[in-house]
Amino acid sequence: MLSRKTQALLEAAKGHGWVFEPDAKAMLKERGLPVPCFATAATRDEARSKAHKIGYPVVAKVVSPLIVHKSDVGGVVVGIRTDHELDAAFSRLAGLDGFEGVLVEEMLPGGVELIVGATIDLQFGPVILLGLGGTSVEIYKDTALRLAPLEPKDVLSMVGELKAHPLLEGYRGAEPVDMTELTRVLVLFSRFVMELEGWIESIDLNPVVCRGSRCTIADARIMLAK
Amino acid sequence: MRRQTLNEKALERYRALFEPKSMAVIGVSTRNDRHPANVIFNKNRLHYPIEVYAVNPSKGRLQGEPVYASVSEIPGKVDLAVIVVRAEQVRQVLADCIEARVGAGVIISGGFAEAGRSDLQEEIAALAREADFPFLGPNCIGMFSPPFVDTNFIAAERIVSPSPGNIALVCQSGGILVDLMIKLTGEGTGLSRAVSIGNKVLIREPDLLDYFIHDDRTRVIAFYVEGFGRGEGRTFLEAAARCPKPIVVLKSGKSPLGTTAVSSHTASLAGDYRVFSAALAQFGVLEAKNETELVNFCESLSRYRAPIKGNIAIVTGSGGHGVLAVDLCSALRLSVPTLPVEAQGELRSRISPSIQAIASLKNPFDLTGSATDEDFAAAVAYLWSRPEIDCVIALLLPYMPGISMDLGARLSFVAKQMDKMLVAYVPHVEKYQILTEGFELNGVPVAHSVEGAVLMAEAMRRWGRC
Repeated sequence: MLSRKTQALLEAAKGHGWVFEPDAKAMLKERGLPVPCFATAATRDEARSKAHKIGYPVVAKVVSPLIVHKSDVGGVVVGIRTDHELDAAFSRLAGLDGFEGVLVEEMLPGGVELIVGATIDLQFGPVILLGLGGTSVEIYKDTALRLAPLEPKDVLSMVGELKAHPLLEGYRGAEPVDMTELTRVLVLFSRFVMELEGWIESIDLNPVVCRGSRCTIADARIMLAK
Repeated sequence: MRRQTLNEKALERYRALFEPKSMAVIGVSTRNDRHPANVIFNKNRLHYPIEVYAVNPSKGRLQGEPVYASVSEIPGKVDLAVIVVRAEQVRQVLADCIEARVGAGVIISGGFAEAGRSDLQEEIAALAREADFPFLGPNCIGMFSPPFVDTNFIAAERIVSPSPGNIALVCQSGGILVDLMIKLTGEGTGLSRAVSIGNKVLIREPDLLDYFIHDDRTRVIAFYVEGFGRGEGRTFLEAAARCPKPIVVLKSGKSPLGTTAVSSHTASLAGDYRVFSAALAQFGVLEAKNETELVNFCESLSRYRAPIKGNIAIVTGSGGHGVLAVDLCSALRLSVPTLPVEAQGELRSRISPSIQAIASLKNPFDLTGSATDEDFAAAVAYLWSRPEIDCVIALLLPYMPGISMDLGARLSFVAKQMDKMLVAYVPHVEKYQILTEGFELNGVPVAHSVEGAVLMAEAMRRWGRC
């Protein structure tokens, strides 16, 4: 069952057709899905105090009902290390269309970037996607699909299906992705998607950054059903 | 929600549909012998052990038999009604059938949703649902269910006689159904049921799948699917998950008709067909990419039960055929293992001295054009004794002088004795029919192309993965 809070956030998002990133992350967090430490701020001072709480370095992202694809319009500033850099980032983001505030977030260390997605298929219902993440996913199309809900064995076979699977297994001495954690995240996410069936059109968690024992959802986009 | 499997009452209704003892053909003509209803009437009266009654409000006589004004006037019990009247009249005829306690129906008539008359379609659906009366169609050719009944309205002389067998075939399209029936028959493969579901108003793919799970005559279930309705794909797969029999699906309409702008990567990457294909694999359904795969998968699955791991030995008298088969195997990632040197030596000692020096005994095993029946039998038997091999593909060129027409039966007996998988390729010409039948009549599938033979092995490997 969706929580009352999640239902309220989805209801409120209906007007835009998609869920703002801070709200999406709040929903995911409530379901036990790993998101970075984050906070929203409407003013420069608020942004500073939130950043201090989280600890530099941080990422700042624009929050605007008019901007779904943030990086396309320069709506994401990464690697902010000082108050001064944060102020500059704030000023820049405040100039974007429909600016309502910023999302200040823990800067995740680099790792293997995956995309975890969901869509509601007309014939089959909720479907989960796993692939190599980033902005070029639609070029390489290296993705695996399964019907939700997933069982742990489905996650293993999805990973095995990716051309990029050596990258997840620790390519050329790199640290491998923690399969136990990735499995936990995907299984949990797929159960959440089963409950979201009537609400959503699709979800992109992209990238999900896997490093060490963590798989963290760095960005989340929830598009609502029309 | 998970649907329950069929109960005894539902099974009984399906038996009335597929194994009727009596049938009313509603809409026969007393003037036009080529009317579809007349074709169905004649065919069943002459070729099937079923009581057939003709129905038409204008009465009269057909082939010396009385024509009844309505189904309610028929003196005996009617298991199946085949309805071939105009779309506007179907509702009343259906009501008569329900009233007369007919067991099931096939509505051949067109002119429903496909012609913009969804209203008529919904009317008959509601009526039948209310009465719990199962019917196929409308806008279909019904079914071929040997040895009980055949509602296909193609005259017997216009179609090859399909052989009875253990494959149930379900198609939305009647045209594809008949075509696949002809192709399977051409491969020496028989059908238990062949069903066209047309507009699939009431009986749909998941319902038939549930029935065929229980159907003792059916061992392999094949579908040609154009598309599922909302959520119907999932219902189908839930039925597939509880099915112990192999299921093969050929999907048509793989390319998107038009791509609408999508707002997320996932929506763009999870296209209809990609989801379809992934979902089938997830639930252990074998997807055939085209007709050739469907026909070869079905033939193999209808003859063998035990899955294989996919370690193939290719035995031939022609090096070229052997290499072609290896290429096809490696494209499908079927393994073509080489035997240890001692085993190659052992095999060499078992073939005729005249070919010992020239035969190539790596995989493919090329016994050369001088090989005889004895050489093939010895090589195949030895390969089956090896743990490295779980399937032999024999590529036989009957124009080789040392090969006789007895080889098919001979290799088949060895296969049966050792309980191993054998697939043969024999060129498809009438001249070699004895060789082909030597295999097929003894339970070994024969492909009519090298590719077909490899696909037959692939079917048993994929079945093992499910």
